[in-house]
Amino acid sequence: MRRLTPYLLALPGWMWLAIFLVVPMVAMASVSLQTGNAYDGYAMTFSFSNYGDALGRYSTQLLRSLVYGALATAAMLLIGYPVAYWIAFKGGDRKSMYLFLLLLPFFVSFVLRTISWNFLLADNGILFGTLKDWGLLPDDFHVLATTLAVVGGLTYNFLPFMILPIYVALERVDPRVVEAAQDLYATRVGAFRRVVLPLSLPGVFAGVLMTFVPATADPINAQILGGTGNTMIGNNIQTEYLVNLDYPTASALSFTLMAVLLVGIFAYARALGTENVLEAAAR
Amino acid sequence: MGRFRTRRDVFRLAGYSAAGLALAACGVQGQKAAPPKADAVKDFWAKQTKNGKVVFANWPEYMPGDKGPLERFKKDTGIAYEYKEVIQENADFFGKADPVLRAGQSLGYDIVVMTNGVQLQHMLELGYAVPLDHTRLPNFLANAGQKFKERSYDPGNKYTVPYASGVTGIAYNTDHVKEEITSIEALFDPRYKGRVGMMNDAQEIGNFGMFAVGVDPEKSTEADWKKAGEKLKAQRDAGLVRKYYDQGYIDAVSKGDVWVTMAWSGDVFQRQLAGEPVAFVVPEEGGTIWTDNMLIPKGAANPLDALMLMDYLYQPAVAAELDEFIQFVTPVPAVQDLFREQAKTAGAKEKKALDAMIDSPLMFPSEADYAKLRTYTTLTNEQEQVFNPIFQSITQA
Repeated sequence: MRRLTPYLLALPGWMWLAIFLVVPMVAMASVSLQTGNAYDGYAMTFSFSNYGDALGRYSTQLLRSLVYGALATAAMLLIGYPVAYWIAFKGGDRKSMYLFLLLLPFFVSFVLRTISWNFLLADNGILFGTLKDWGLLPDDFHVLATTLAVVGGLTYNFLPFMILPIYVALERVDPRVVEAAQDLYATRVGAFRRVVLPLSLPGVFAGVLMTFVPATADPINAQILGGTGNTMIGNNIQTEYLVNLDYPTASALSFTLMAVLLVGIFAYARALGTENVLEAAAR
Repeated sequence: MGRFRTRRDVFRLAGYSAAGLALAACGVQGQKAAPPKADAVKDFWAKQTKNGKVVFANWPEYMPGDKGPLERFKKDTGIAYEYKEVIQENADFFGKADPVLRAGQSLGYDIVVMTNGVQLQHMLELGYAVPLDHTRLPNFLANAGQKFKERSYDPGNKYTVPYASGVTGIAYNTDHVKEEITSIEALFDPRYKGRVGMMNDAQEIGNFGMFAVGVDPEKSTEADWKKAGEKLKAQRDAGLVRKYYDQGYIDAVSKGDVWVTMAWSGDVFQRQLAGEPVAFVVPEEGGTIWTDNMLIPKGAANPLDALMLMDYLYQPAVAAELDEFIQFVTPVPAVQDLFREQAKTAGAKEKKALDAMIDSPLMFPSEADYAKLRTYTTLTNEQEQVFNPIFQSITQA
């Protein structure tokens, strides 16, 4: 009995994974190979051409999503790393308050926050309207309905998921290690580059993982903040599922996206020299 | 030779076949429904009792802020209501409702409002709507306009009764657009580059593309759709269009983010009433008239209460209260006379507003007005699979 205990304890977790991850994935894989329509039903025909068709129609949007996801992730890293660093090393007693402030806006729903940007950034809204009245911006200046708005929205919406893992990694860095580096005649920049940065890389890795994947797949920012040429693959998947009721195409697109993201992540892990992706992320 | 080299091979094969079986097993069932037998309908309604509760799913900006008509209903019948503004687009709503109804589950709504169009057609074909008991719709029988009782998409109002009709036309922001817009060409005018709003819905944008190339959508063919698609693609590629909107267009045009946009009539009138600088016009090339319909989805928990509410909204006084706010075409023609009477006793300001409504061809269209308006094309499933990609490849590029 004692030997079985750990397995029994893990059972709910396994069941959860099986029911909510494995079953839907198998169902989706199955639907992605079917043909038919919503009225007569879909039947399994092992039609692998669904993938080719879907990719042929939406390769532009897929590529665009990857680019937007990468841009947003880079921006989050640039903004997030210094913030995490500052809180971890200079936060002092107020660390938890800063973290709380950071998370506070995220208690509001994702969609509502994105719509608020729509309001704040309106062409003649409280920000740009005022600047235009003062003559600081040309009249036809606008941010909404541009690539900048979409990438900016993604950056804003996923930023905490970048900051928190980096913070956790940096927080664990023993200040005495940095002191030791300086005692050994490292400059401040040198100590950061050769001691702090390498120690924080697992956090960076986890942060990138947790932001790049959802940012690439996100349909909301493109829908609310984007314009005519900003459609992302998430929007296409949504349309295929909900508007066209073309479940096979939608499933094939979802799977393709998942595969591309997985390949991307493993390539990235390789490049970063992380031996085991998941272990690094969990650290 | 058909022998497995190691135990691992056997396991692997077993695993693959299990996965293959699982893949093959999950199909999605089709659901074409036969029309219900008259007796079954009668039996269904005979079994229903009043539950004292009704859940109404509707579009935004489709009910006065104080929920006046619903409050009255509650007072008169003792039936409590929940009003949810959850429908933003027909396609999107249907896409979310379909798997639920297909699985035989309830949406949690007793009344939903859908526009005549492909999705409503699917709703009815798939048997997702409860057939109505006309013996319990006396107000509809007495007060609905003749036009609203002859619906091509639902002959004899078997499943639906109209909530309101409206017109898709052009709205423009009068702070930014100083001329009077009369033609659909305004949407293709380079002077409004980056300031044009178009609709995301394939049928809506498709219709306007067809008007722009001089085709009547009701008589259109595949070649016409392609031609319209090319016109719309050129419009997008020239950078004229800012965005393809759902209901969000109305905020965009009243804030001035877009200056000229495709629009639904009543939305614009409501904004005018709120003092915002927007105007509405039906372009001379044509506009579309559509009807939003109330129906009871299969599996609704309170069908009898829902039916009572549907009928209640057909009392002229209730319809008038509703229409004074939503400003679309009411299915109850007597509302116009009620407005006339109200105008006699109203103060100067309210009288002016009422007079404007009474004379508005967009709230009380005459036969001549109707003649200028077109309805949505009816598409078969096969046609839809050609039609949608043509226009989605523009809106979703």
